[in-house]
Amino acid sequence: MEANENIIDKDKIDNKIIEIKNLHKSFGKNEVLKGVNFSVKAGKNLVLLGKSGSGKSIIIKCIVGLVEIDDGEIIVLGNEISNLKNRTLNEVRLKIGFLFQSGALYDSMTVRENLSFALQRIKRKLSAEMIENEVLEVLNAVGLSEAIDKMPSELSGGMRKRIALARTLILKPEIILYDEPTTGLDTITAKEISELILDIQEKYKTTSIIITHDMACAKLTGDTIAILKDGIINVQGAYEELEKSNDEWVKSFFI
Amino acid sequence: MLTGVKNILINTGNVTIFGTKFFKQIFAPPYEFKEFLKQCYMVGYKSFPLVAITGFIMGFVLTLQSRPTLPIFGAESWLPKMVALSLIREIAPVVTGLICAGKIASGISAELGSMKVTEQIDAMEVSAINPYKYLVVTRIMATTLMVPLLVIFADLIGIYGGYVGVNIHSNITIFRYFTQITESLDFSDIFPATIKTFFFGYFIGMIGCYKGFTASSGTESVGKAANEAVVIASLSIFLLDLIAVQLTDFFF
Repeated sequence: MEANENIIDKDKIDNKIIEIKNLHKSFGKNEVLKGVNFSVKAGKNLVLLGKSGSGKSIIIKCIVGLVEIDDGEIIVLGNEISNLKNRTLNEVRLKIGFLFQSGALYDSMTVRENLSFALQRIKRKLSAEMIENEVLEVLNAVGLSEAIDKMPSELSGGMRKRIALARTLILKPEIILYDEPTTGLDTITAKEISELILDIQEKYKTTSIIITHDMACAKLTGDTIAILKDGIINVQGAYEELEKSNDEWVKSFFI
Repeated sequence: MLTGVKNILINTGNVTIFGTKFFKQIFAPPYEFKEFLKQCYMVGYKSFPLVAITGFIMGFVLTLQSRPTLPIFGAESWLPKMVALSLIREIAPVVTGLICAGKIASGISAELGSMKVTEQIDAMEVSAINPYKYLVVTRIMATTLMVPLLVIFADLIGIYGGYVGVNIHSNITIFRYFTQITESLDFSDIFPATIKTFFFGYFIGMIGCYKGFTASSGTESVGKAANEAVVIASLSIFLLDLIAVQLTDFFF
């Protein structure tokens, strides 16, 4: 899986790493996404806002192929996700990091095992020593090298998010999708996580989509803010632009 | 009524697809030996005490319950043979299968169900790791191999329990007791009974994994998945036993 010749990077030329066109998704009779369109340029952060249950998480799950789309196109690094076979989809997935809302750390494994789990299986030629070095490097990047032998149950909410982020980083993704990275955290820890997102973007040159309800996080991390309403992207722009919007609904996010 | 039948058919179809995927994935690399050994330890070694206690009680009680009846037919000396045959051919496989359905299938479905609702299975998938291979194949392999071992262990302990039961009212040496048993057993007593336990193991693992893997979001669904896994796995044991008895009767 290390060789990645099948993946097309041609869209990097026009700078769009993620492009979503006319995305539709229904669950039974409930049509959640009714034609979502947006794109994210290389090295930029897009913050996705919207009410709970509006389908924000569904969008990023569609991007990694966890949820099948009904209609539309999702182009990631030049690859149309819904057309990919499992093997190629997995190659694209290796370039995408996904930070789950809950962290989704493997409960039965230590932090070290959580971080090395994917690496051991994907880069089988790496020696145990090289894997250990990679683990330590990402733990240092999130500032939690002392937690290496702890179990997830011994970690606080903020620490779990950091470790989950480290687990994402260990595969050196080009894209990171954050699903509510600051939810359930106190203001100080939430700010630390938001700053960590920026540090990571700078250090690893990643492109990100960040789903959040935390406006401080949105302000700090977002190059562009997109707001999802009634299954479509209702409005999109820089934080400062949207903050001045006269639309009552848009304004309600910035109070 | 029609909806119920439709749901049963849909579920049967889904279980079949889920179960046959195991045979496709078992031979394809990468092989998860470490996880497989861990599951063997969890399924096999951790179940030994429970199987030992129930196996001993099965043999002991069967001997004490049968003892008053046999003298009526002048067949008191057949007691060791009868206990061993009953245990090996039917009681030990079915009772051990039911114990494993309760302990192992529920454990697997609860574990995988909670992994599913906390998005740990999704986390594997987005890291390009095949969760079926890592979580399901290893568990089904472990149950398929460990349940027969547990049944053989239950047979032996049960026969020993029978020996203790016999010695309450008479005085027979263990050597003579086991000689009587080994002389009475033949291939057709042991082989079909052992073969069916591999199927018991496969179904216990597969149903446990299926129920865990298909748990919907929410912690309530984890308990429901574990409960359903026990019920369906137990029912499967009886159905498989029914089929096995018919086939044994036909071929042996």
